[in-house]
Formats: sequence, structure tokens, C-alpha cells
Amino acid sequence: MDGLTQSHTGRSGFPPAYLDRVGSSFTDFLATAAPDLLPSRRPVPAVNAGDLTPHGTTIVALTYADGVLMGGDRRATMGNLISSRDIEKVYPADSWSVIGIAGAAGIAIEMVKLYQVELEHYEKIEGLTLSLDGKANRLAQMIRGNLGAALQGLAVVPLFAGYDLDAAPGATPGRIFSYDVTGGNYEERGYSSVGSGSLFARNSLKKTWRPGLDGDAATRSLVEALYDAADDDSATGGPDPVRRLYPIVYRVDAEGAVRLTDDEVAAVAGTITDERAAAEGQG
Amino acid sequence: MTMPYYASPEQLMRDRSEYARKGISRGRSVAVLTYADGVLFIAENPSSTLHKVGEIYDRIGFAAVGRYSEFESLRVAGVRLADVRGYSYNRRDVTGRVIANAYAQTLGEIFTQQTKPFEVELCVAEVGETPEADQLYRLTFDGSVVDEPDFIVMGGQADAVTGHLRDHFRAGLDLRDALMVGVRALSASSPAMSGNGDGGLLPATQLEVAVLDRRRPKRAFRRVVGAALGSLLGDRSAGDATAEQAAEGATHAHTPSAPQPGTPAGLGDPAAPDTAGGTAGSGEGAGPQPGPADGEGGGTDGGADGGGRSS
Repeated sequence: MDGLTQSHTGRSGFPPAYLDRVGSSFTDFLATAAPDLLPSRRPVPAVNAGDLTPHGTTIVALTYADGVLMGGDRRATMGNLISSRDIEKVYPADSWSVIGIAGAAGIAIEMVKLYQVELEHYEKIEGLTLSLDGKANRLAQMIRGNLGAALQGLAVVPLFAGYDLDAAPGATPGRIFSYDVTGGNYEERGYSSVGSGSLFARNSLKKTWRPGLDGDAATRSLVEALYDAADDDSATGGPDPVRRLYPIVYRVDAEGAVRLTDDEVAAVAGTITDERAAAEGQG
Repeated sequence: MTMPYYASPEQLMRDRSEYARKGISRGRSVAVLTYADGVLFIAENPSSTLHKVGEIYDRIGFAAVGRYSEFESLRVAGVRLADVRGYSYNRRDVTGRVIANAYAQTLGEIFTQQTKPFEVELCVAEVGETPEADQLYRLTFDGSVVDEPDFIVMGGQADAVTGHLRDHFRAGLDLRDALMVGVRALSASSPAMSGNGDGGLLPATQLEVAVLDRRRPKRAFRRVVGAALGSLLGDRSAGDATAEQAAEGATHAHTPSAPQPGTPAGLGDPAAPDTAGGTAGSGEGAGPQPGPADGEGGGTDGGADGGGRSS
């Protein structure tokens, strides 16, 4: 027993809340055991705090034949400045779903971290994975908890997508859910986009997306939508061959959530820029 | 005076120890062995939903014997502690030692302060980068914690199984050999096999097997079920129960259950109360398979041993 010293749990081991066998939600548990760790429990001063943290911008998701793709550009802005050129705004939520975030980066990244632990915690306690609808609903409740901060300029608007293992035969297994700051949860058909460049990305997808695209065509459609968003929105970054920074793209299919390598995305982005250049400045 | 009779502290402690020991030895054994790529858990457990082995964190696993309700609440507490620490510090800051410490203190306090001690014995296993860094902690009902090398056997005929393992275990076995050594040791002392007396092995349906595999990124814990378990055990004990199971998916990590068509999302079969709100797929590792073995394993230990005691 050498080397065993007191841990932070103190002399009495687990506090009573830990041994209380109720609930499989990590967020609910934190609310009783350590409420200070929850982002939604922190008071926000009653002033506009929107310019205190960088803002993430455009996220795009679309379904295709085998599942769903989600991608995000790499730019974060603070007012008129680019605060980051290589921020990552799309994360795997668990093995079968991904989450992309637009809005106040500090709060959004903390929320993603909490959400990842929430899903994994449920899985470990119950021995089962939440259904895709259950995951989407859980995220809506977390967004709703952030409403107070959202009204002071710290809004977080995620986009959630996953592979539905319970999908009926014949139905598309990839599903996309979008949210508003009040926690409204809307399932999207085919494709969706959030963030400052979403208007342009959505218009681009409207022309390039079709039901049942194959994987390569879907990847191209997604990267092109981000390119179009960057073309017209100053807060969205385009592919950056100088620094070798390309959009983050995740694919979720029957094999689970996988991040495409930079080389794959760079090749697709290169094709698009080459074609646009060949159009002699009209692209 | 609230105490009408005097009992010496020694007597009280002795009585409680004896009570707890009796409860633990009534059940079936669990063996935790190190092997070349990590740590292997083998439990004799006919239920496929009431687990004796579980995941605590990325590199940390848990095994227990004794009363199910008691060790299940300890398992949940361990998962909570690990997740809170990992969330507030970093995933790397969650170690087996922290979890083992918390268990030791909790068990010790319950043993000295409450009339009825917990009838449980736990193992917290942590897999490291190299075999030398693997840790096995044994925690007993009175809160003692021991860091043991190579293997730990708990519950049931633990002494007999330990003796068998001491003769046959070698460090650095591969998964198949380690599993065979462990299953042989459990089978030799199992009351379920005593009728045969011919050195037969426990069938796959009577076993709960999981590994902490150091080669896996992030979450090392993986259940070995279905066809994967059958093929590791070889033909002799694979039985016919696993033959029709799909090989793919059986060993995938974090593979969620696949409810039957028509099941409302998130709800299991209400006729199977032990599925914790899910279907018989028993969660991660079970794979998207109908799971005939799951249905057969539905008989819980509670029925055989009386009460909530999960052998």
C-alpha cells in the first residue's frame, strides 16, 4: 500500500451524492454534486458581453447515401479582427454523432466538452447508448440553460448530426438537427447550416445537394458550400494553402464518426479553386 | 443506556468480517489477469445484463463480487468520480489509484460505522503504456486496499482458483492463452461444473469476459461477447449458442444496442425488466446483433442464490 496517499475525496471516501443510485445524467449529477462546474449555473453580468470572447462562424452539415457529413471553417473573429485562423468547431460527440458550434467560442467549447462527457457517462452507467433523438433532445436542454447568457451576447448555436442506428429500413440513416438559442430543436431535411456565413452556404447547397449523393460528391458539395460562405462572408475563412489550413470535415456512417484527413480535404478544396480559377474570375 | 449488552470492539469487528466473508464466498468467482496487451476480466456470470465487470474510465476497469445492489452503487460512484475529475482537470489526471482510494475509504467507513458491512470485494484495474505499468488493486469489504501483481481472484472458491492460477499463470500470455488459463481455473472450482467432474470448461453463456486493451486509443475497455468469445474459447466450449451470431460488430467498442424494429427510441422491451431501459444488446461491445445468447442469459443470479445476491 506504499504510495497510496489521501485523495481529494477526503477521509470519508465518496460524498453521499456519489453513492445515490439515481439518474444516469452527468449534468444532473453535477447540478447536485458540483454545480459550479456547470456553465449554465454561472451568473453573467447584466451588460452586453458579446465582444469578450471570439465568435465561431460557419458550420455546414448534409446527409448523403451512407450517413451524414459535417464541416466547419477555421476562423474565429472578435469584432473586426480575426482572432484565430485554426480553431476547430466540429467535434465528435460520441462514436455515432458529431456536433458543430457557432457563436461565443468560450462557452460553446465548454458546452461541447460537457456534452461529450454527458453521452459517455450515460453509456457507462446504463451500458447502452442514447438514441439519436435522445441525444438531440439532451443538447436542446443544455442550449436552453444558456438562454440568459445568450441574451447578453453570448449565444451558442450548435448543429448536431448523427447516424441513426434505429433508422427504419429504407430511411436515410444520417440525420441533422438544428437549434435556436431558446433550445428549440428542429430536424432538418437534407442539409443545414448555422453561423454568420450560413445564408451563403445554404444557397450553395441548394444548387449542389441532391438526395442520395455518394460520399465523394457529398464531400465536394460541403467544401464548396464553405468556400462560397467564405467568398461572401468576412467572418468565414476559406481554404488557406499558405498555412495549409483546410476546413474540418467529419463523416458519420455505419463505421462511426471519422475525421477526414487534411490531405483529403485539401484535394477537394484544390479542385474547387482550380475550377473557379479556370472560369476566369467569374466563379 | 442504549446498549443493553456489552460487546467488545474485537467481537463486533470479527462478527462483521465473518458476515461479509460468508456473503462473498457464497457467490461465484471473478478472475482478473494481466496479459500481454492489457488486463483480462473473466467472471462466471450467467446474466448478460447484470454485469460484474464494467468500465470506469479510459484506462480503468472494475470488477466485483458479492451483493449486486451494493457493488453496482459503488461502480456508479466510481464512474461519477472519474468523470467529474476528468471534466474538471484533464482525462489524463484520472488514475486507478484515485478511484481505489475513494473505494477504500468508503468501504472502510461503512465497515466501521454501519451495522451491516458491504458484502462486496472489488478490483480496480488500470492498464498502462507497458505491461509493467499495469495496476491491479484489490479492495475488500473492510476497506483494505492491496496492489497485487499478475492476477486477482475474488469471491466463491477464491482460494482454490488462486491455487490453480498460481500453478498455470505466466506473465505475458496472449489473450487466447490467458483466457484459457483463467477459464480453466474458474471451471475447476465452479459449483456449476462439479457435476461433470471431467475437467470440462464453462460454456460461453456462463461467462462474462472483458478486456482493457492498451493498444486501443482512448477508451481501452471492451466486452468480449458472442462469436468473438466463442472463437477465443475454441470449439470445445463455444457451444451452439454463439454459432449463429454475426462475427462483425461483436467486438466493436462503444457499439450501441440495436433495438428491435418498432421499439420506441430509448425504450427497451418492457417484458425484460433487467435491461435497464434498453434492449437485450447490453450496450457497448454487444454489437448490432439480435443476441440469442442474451436472451438465454436472462436468468439472473438472484434467482439461484436467493435475494439480491449476485453470485
